[in-house]
Amino acid sequence: MEPNEIINPTVERSTVQLSKADFESDQMVKWCPGCGAHAILSALERVFPKIGYRKENFCLVSGIGCSSRFPYYVNTYGIHGIHGRAAGIGTGVKVANPRLSVWIATGDGDSLAIGGNHFIHIIRRNVDVNIILFNNQIYGLTKGQYSPTTPMGKVTKTSPQGTIEHPFNVGELVMGAQGTFYARVPDNDINLMTEAMFEAAKHDGTSVMEILQNCIIFADKVHFDIISKEHREENMLVVHNGEPMLFGKDKKKGLRINGTQLEVVELGKGGITESDILVHDKYNPDPGIHLMLAKLAPPHFPMVFGVIRSAIFPTYDDLVEEQIKHAKASSKIKCMDDLLNEGDTWEIK
Amino acid sequence: MTQKKKNIIEREEVVVKFVGDSGDGMQLTGSIFSDSAAIAGNDLATFPDFPAEIRAPQNTIAGVSGFQVHVGKEKIHTIGDQVDVLVAMNPASLKANLKWVKKGATILVDADAFDEKSIEKAGYKDNPLTDNSLESYLLLKAKITTLTKESLKDMGVDTKTAERSKNMFALGMLYFIFDRDLKQAFHYFETKFKKNPRLADINKVVLQSGYNYADTIEALESVIHVGPAKMKKGRYRNITGNVATAWGLLAAAEKSGRPLFLGSYPITPATEILMELSLHKSLGARVFQAEDEIAGICSAIGASYTGSMACTTTSGPGLSLKSEAIGLAVITELPLIIVNVQRGGPSTGLPTKSEQSDLYQALFGRNGECPVIVIAASTPDNCFYYAFEAAKLSMEHMTPCILLTDGALGFGSALFRIPKMSELPAIKPPIAKANEPDFKPYKRDPETLVRKWAIPGTEGLRHRIGGLEKENITGVVTTDPMNHQVMVDLRAAKVEKVADFIPEQTLDGPAKGDLLVVSWGGTYGSVHQAVQKVQAEGKSVSHAHFNYIMPLPKNTGKILKNFKKILVCELNSGQFVNYLRMKFPLPNFYQINKVQALPFTIQELTEKFNQMLEEK
Repeated sequence: MEPNEIINPTVERSTVQLSKADFESDQMVKWCPGCGAHAILSALERVFPKIGYRKENFCLVSGIGCSSRFPYYVNTYGIHGIHGRAAGIGTGVKVANPRLSVWIATGDGDSLAIGGNHFIHIIRRNVDVNIILFNNQIYGLTKGQYSPTTPMGKVTKTSPQGTIEHPFNVGELVMGAQGTFYARVPDNDINLMTEAMFEAAKHDGTSVMEILQNCIIFADKVHFDIISKEHREENMLVVHNGEPMLFGKDKKKGLRINGTQLEVVELGKGGITESDILVHDKYNPDPGIHLMLAKLAPPHFPMVFGVIRSAIFPTYDDLVEEQIKHAKASSKIKCMDDLLNEGDTWEIK
Repeated sequence: MTQKKKNIIEREEVVVKFVGDSGDGMQLTGSIFSDSAAIAGNDLATFPDFPAEIRAPQNTIAGVSGFQVHVGKEKIHTIGDQVDVLVAMNPASLKANLKWVKKGATILVDADAFDEKSIEKAGYKDNPLTDNSLESYLLLKAKITTLTKESLKDMGVDTKTAERSKNMFALGMLYFIFDRDLKQAFHYFETKFKKNPRLADINKVVLQSGYNYADTIEALESVIHVGPAKMKKGRYRNITGNVATAWGLLAAAEKSGRPLFLGSYPITPATEILMELSLHKSLGARVFQAEDEIAGICSAIGASYTGSMACTTTSGPGLSLKSEAIGLAVITELPLIIVNVQRGGPSTGLPTKSEQSDLYQALFGRNGECPVIVIAASTPDNCFYYAFEAAKLSMEHMTPCILLTDGALGFGSALFRIPKMSELPAIKPPIAKANEPDFKPYKRDPETLVRKWAIPGTEGLRHRIGGLEKENITGVVTTDPMNHQVMVDLRAAKVEKVADFIPEQTLDGPAKGDLLVVSWGGTYGSVHQAVQKVQAEGKSVSHAHFNYIMPLPKNTGKILKNFKKILVCELNSGQFVNYLRMKFPLPNFYQINKVQALPFTIQELTEKFNQMLEEK
């Protein structure tokens, strides 16, 4: 099945070519120097002109946390909400006005702890919004307490003896909630971020982009063993649709299915050729392989990056429109006067 | 066919209550009876009284479900303190309701249901039908279940269906007792069972049999006739408070040209508003059933930002969950209509029962200096107008508005004179125009202090708002101390200025005197009727019933100062009276409060009024 590759036609397109400058706000960006969020902001300002919608049709929504200051720094319409509730606010924005391109900036605390309920439900409904989830495995704005993605055992200000909680894997959670789009990208690769954001914009439904982001103050280098220059070749596998899943030096390693499990194999060893390697199908409606990919991690596997899942399912907002359209066409009640006088009424003279 | 011509007794008003087990269909029976009264021209008020459980154990007091209707040829203000005719389908329902029944009232029971086991389950020692304990009533013992089955024996109806139709037999008897035309009920069955004409026929046969049977009862010497009420000319319908609220919101959306968005989560007793609005997508209503109360209000805030007339509906515990988000709507200065159908609290409290105990929460229940407009409906039918008003004030003043109704208003019904949409006032939200020169998110109208509603998608108005304090006019995030003072003062003054746009407080009775009775919200009916009664005895009592709470009408202080005693009647422990004490530090406030999940009775109010008048 070849999916619709066209950007959502309900959102009006700009008649002029926009540039990054059109989206830069005049506000002072108050993230720490060296914070991964700067790169995410830059990637988004680069991708918006490429997406091509009118600049007035972008709407940014956020909750609370470092990530959630995002709307102030982008010159679009924007609403900075309350902790954990960006998904709720964003749902309202999109359902009330499907002609807007809605982007939610959120973090691991905002979306996976206090906002966990809204996070799974917006995904389950498949509301057509794009969620950028800054995962730095820490509460930054409150200065360094463990979050739902902090690795077990990690010492933080509220876990002096190490955490005793099992962390969430974002991809697993997304797919558990019947997510239709999941991408994982590192904050040190602006091209990969931009690409995932563009793919997210194209996807009709809830797109979750998990960005492995560095918090230089409270959780510096938490992703270092995977995404740093030193480690990325061995520990990062970037998937591309329709291409075999290769990684490592000279792309000599790959993933293949063995029984019900994925395994790492080396090309040329034991008669393994490229044809044995699993080919990525991000459109597969069955999330089975996508879930397996999302869960892979060193030391025995690379971590998988890129657009892991982009399955086509009806969106909530489209179904709302459809029901309204149908009701308008089929109902006898066209205005309030009709409703007020409908059914059992009687005249008193 | 008629045995002996019955006498006709003319009555001004009658209170009828249908009670039975949760599964006995008492709500439906009561509604059909009410409709027949309405069509006969009576004014009426109804109230369903049912347990929180869907099906509590059969034949127990906990499982009793009731429906009370008060019909009359005069204006009906309450559901009535005491019952004139009780229909009890089992012993438990009789036991639970006898205390509300007038001496001398008619009690119709299904004698078949009074078997030993059910009598015991209800907590009776002896059979109340035979132990002479009901001597002071006109007791009609009909074997309703047996008679229902008999009436259907030629139709080949299974026992279960036959037994389930027994409520219609009882209803048929009531139609006879009240001299009502069966045609209306027949019409109802034909419409309801359009796709199953056999079911319509079964109900018709049973209803007719009940009617015929009542005619043969010797003990029933007379039928009751309640003449048509003198009502304002016009087209009428029967409406519950919750449906009226939903329709008021729809009317405001149409009038303002702003699409209606509802973000809500089911909660008793507010759920009917959510259900009703879900039915009206043809009017463009976008209804989002959220995963929780917080998502409900947050989605509404998102929708409001995009220019929708956004609403959220809830009851007390839900309002608690929404507090933080209401603060967001206050600081972003977005319109938002929050309907709170109050119930007994705290916590889960008494979910299906009514109370007025969320007033403090509506006024003060948020962090920070966080004023909102608060108004309250006072009858099931005026829920329509106050929902409309809440939407109008909220949008025109760019501020959240809490509309307080309560379980009794929401579930209760009254006759509603159908307005024409052209008669309703215009609603003009302050929408910013595309490319408005010098647009700034927090630039204000100097008269009203209202900012403009700049809708995403509009050219030249891109801006950001949010929960952090903003610089006045520009909307830039700032923690500047003086700016915060300015913004807190502005948000408060904006709400206070709403007083210039609402009607002055009215007074029923002389403008000066010994006693002013004050009430607000859902207690209007009982307090009004009690005041009328005392006034009719020639005593000087005045009544001020408040629908506008925050801000109060501008003449409130002037009214209060002219009375020696001010008695505030509330179904809580004194929330409005304390609010008035805070606003008007007068020494002469008195209060009557009740938190029994029951309305005021006319008697307890008149006793209190008289006592206040006598004590010098």
